[in-house]
Amino acid sequence: MRRIISVLMENEPGALSRVVGLFSQRGYNIETLTVAPTEDETLSRLTVTTIGDDHKIEQITKNLNKLIDVVKLVDLTEGQHIERELMLIKVKASGAQRAEIKRCVDIFRGQIIDVTSTVYTIQITGASDKLDAFVQSVGDAAILEVVRSGVSGISRGEKVLSL
Amino acid sequence: MLSGGDMLIRSLQEEGVDLIFGYPGGAALHIYDAIFRQDKVKHILVRHEQSATHAADGYSRATGRVGTVLVTSGPGATNAITGIATAHMDSIPMVVISGQVATDKIGEDAFQETDMVGVSRPIVKHSFMVKHASEIPEIIKKAYHIASTGRPGPVVVDVPKNTVDPMETFPFEYPKKLKIRSYTPAAKGHSGQIKKAVSMLLKAKRPMIYAGGGVIQGEASRLLTELAQTLNYPVTNTLMGLGAYPGNDKQFLGMLGMHGTFEANTAMHHCDLILAVGARFDDRVTNTTSKFCPNAKIIHIDIDPASISKTITADVPIVGSVDSVLSEMLDLLKEAKDTPDEAALSDWWKQISEWRERHGLYTQPRYNTGGDMIMPQDVIKTLYEVTNGDAIVASDVGQHQMFAAQYYPFKSPRQWINSGGLGTMGFGLPAAMGAAFAFRDKDIVCVTGEGSIQMCIQELSTLTQYGLPVKIICLNNQALGMVKQWQDMVYDSRYSEIHYEDSLPDFVKLMEAYGHVGIRVNKKEELREKMEECFAMKDRVVFMDVYVDPTEHVYPMLVAPGGSMRDMWLSKTERT
Ligand SMILES: Cc1cc2nc3c(=O)[nH]c(=O)nc-3n(C[C@H](O)[C@H](O)[C@H](O)COP(=O)(O)OP(=O)(O)OC[C@H]3O[C@@H](n4cnc5c(N)ncnc54)[C@H](O)[C@@H]3O)c2cc1C
Ligand SMILES: Cc1ncc(C[n+]2csc(CCOP(=O)(O)OP(=O)(O)O)c2C)c(N)n1
Ligand SMILES: [Mg+2]
Repeated sequence: MRRIISVLMENEPGALSRVVGLFSQRGYNIETLTVAPTEDETLSRLTVTTIGDDHKIEQITKNLNKLIDVVKLVDLTEGQHIERELMLIKVKASGAQRAEIKRCVDIFRGQIIDVTSTVYTIQITGASDKLDAFVQSVGDAAILEVVRSGVSGISRGEKVLSL
Repeated sequence: MLSGGDMLIRSLQEEGVDLIFGYPGGAALHIYDAIFRQDKVKHILVRHEQSATHAADGYSRATGRVGTVLVTSGPGATNAITGIATAHMDSIPMVVISGQVATDKIGEDAFQETDMVGVSRPIVKHSFMVKHASEIPEIIKKAYHIASTGRPGPVVVDVPKNTVDPMETFPFEYPKKLKIRSYTPAAKGHSGQIKKAVSMLLKAKRPMIYAGGGVIQGEASRLLTELAQTLNYPVTNTLMGLGAYPGNDKQFLGMLGMHGTFEANTAMHHCDLILAVGARFDDRVTNTTSKFCPNAKIIHIDIDPASISKTITADVPIVGSVDSVLSEMLDLLKEAKDTPDEAALSDWWKQISEWRERHGLYTQPRYNTGGDMIMPQDVIKTLYEVTNGDAIVASDVGQHQMFAAQYYPFKSPRQWINSGGLGTMGFGLPAAMGAAFAFRDKDIVCVTGEGSIQMCIQELSTLTQYGLPVKIICLNNQALGMVKQWQDMVYDSRYSEIHYEDSLPDFVKLMEAYGHVGIRVNKKEELREKMEECFAMKDRVVFMDVYVDPTEHVYPMLVAPGGSMRDMWLSKTERT
């Protein structure tokens, strides 16, 4: 099963490499990874999506918790949550294609953020499967470049991950 | 006002460090100068950085204190890696201070630059890189705290040369208290879980207590023994747990696992309840996990949640320190209205006695005693007798290690020092040396093979320098015996790269070259007399080169892969 694990960790050099190292060292897979400082500059928030059965996920969270730099973590997929990913995608857009792609961007509520006579650069946010669907509808032939941020997530409602 | 180097050494003094095992070099020279200018912390000059880590490790295992290592950058740091990994696998508290090139040189492939924090990352509990001299006291305080609390382990402190510059001084204050917000190791177990465990314990009909290295680390041997004896339940120890329960007690079934006794392994397989205490269900113990103890409910006490339900799922997990959990259990037992099921227990003990009679290691010799050759088992038995079972025994890795584990029943914790998790050949001699610094009045023994001893043999010189009368008992089978045993059993005796008999050194002469005593023994009838002679030389290093039967195997041996714990080879021809 796909899981989104959200980690609060010390904003220290080396902390990120300990987290990433743990995954490779123990053979856990990383589907996506994002990390950035939070409103408290001593803390970073890292979101990792991974795939594994309950036993594997339990070991992953236990081992992450063991890292001295990890302050707190939550498996967002255990509760109601919101996930978002940002994609920047550059596609061929000339002639009749231009209108077709514009329509597609509108349907996915994306924005065209840069234009040349032959190329559109598009920004789309949403859950990862929405981004997958956009990529599919535009089709490989038109795509020039894809940049995805990886998943960020947060719990719904009152629940917060903080100190 | 102190320089970074002086602060570093002052901080070690504040931590109560009495010994540092180390080896100097460029990036560490400021620190070495700070060592020179004081006399509270004593530095031990080893002959190889690997030995520095093993010696600090042996010192720690023998005393329960944190071992301290100091090495230079680059090759000094990388030489320490094997010893750090060894300590990490066995959860040994250690602080390794490594020199590093100056901060402004890092990343430039400077002379003797190695990314020590990066290289050691997967094999440490934590690591620090000093960025500024003023951080040193707090980092050292944190390092010792992290190394020694919770599940212990090695911590690396990487110290760039400019941060210990003698020309730059700072006010020194050693922090009294420490708070690491992201680090709060468990202490007390969950009371509800402990209650549940006690009631399950009292209902068991065929209970087993399976105790490991955590009992020794957690200083809980006395509590474990009291619990087991209150209940009259059988106890088995892992290789790391030997000594946690008195080896000569009638409730002790010996070691379990790969080379565990028939009675311990068979009883595990048939039991209906396992109380696992500070043991981590290692693959050398469980054999095929899907066939592990099919009828047993499992209570698992461990301070590290990640050890619980890692390979074998626990029915009652208890995260907590063994000493606290066991004493809570004992209190509950004292108040409990129920008592163990005496009838069931008596049947269980009857069954266990029958197993002991049938194939047990201690009811009669299970190896050939009639030949002319010295049997390795007899060497260990003789060692036990001559030392009254009171020696601190450090071991290398191989068949000799297993024979020592089987035939030297350890009476108390911290008497048996060996590399279990990593299985590091070369560990024995430096580890014995580390223990010898702590216990000048005890017999300190290194049980080794002619293969292993050659991996850190240079420490014979360190023994001379510091006058440490370690006794080295070499079970010389003229081969990498443990590998040979596997080649006999799995590869039709195709002996690939395990022989060197024509090129072995003359160990007796070698000892003489180092100023020690060497004794060669190849006659069975001389074994005891020579061993007594060896231990009578109280203040000498003595190496006994004992030629043993080169064809002997270690038994029992679990049938793997695919077997359960009751599937064992009992000899070359007989299996369960
Ligand atoms: C050649 C060879 C053969 C071997 N054969 C065998 C064999 O036959 N049988 C065998 O048992 N082993 C054998 N081993 C060793 C094996 O590889 C493991 O090292 C060993 O089984 C682990 O022992 P343990 O379970 O006691 O765990 P340890 O490695 O000692 O771990 C201790 C556990 O206790 C926990 N702990 C630590 N402190 C505390 C505390 N204060 N409170 C609570 N919990 C704590 C830790 O978190 C950890 O989970 C062999 C090794 C070699 C090299
Ligand atoms: C550093 C290292 N290299 C290789 C091994 C694999 N190994 C395990 S036991 C063994 C043989 C040990 O030979 P010796 O020290 O003579 O002991 P014996 O088994 O003969 O008693 C080897 C090579 C190891 N454990 N450690
Ligand atoms: Mg050998």
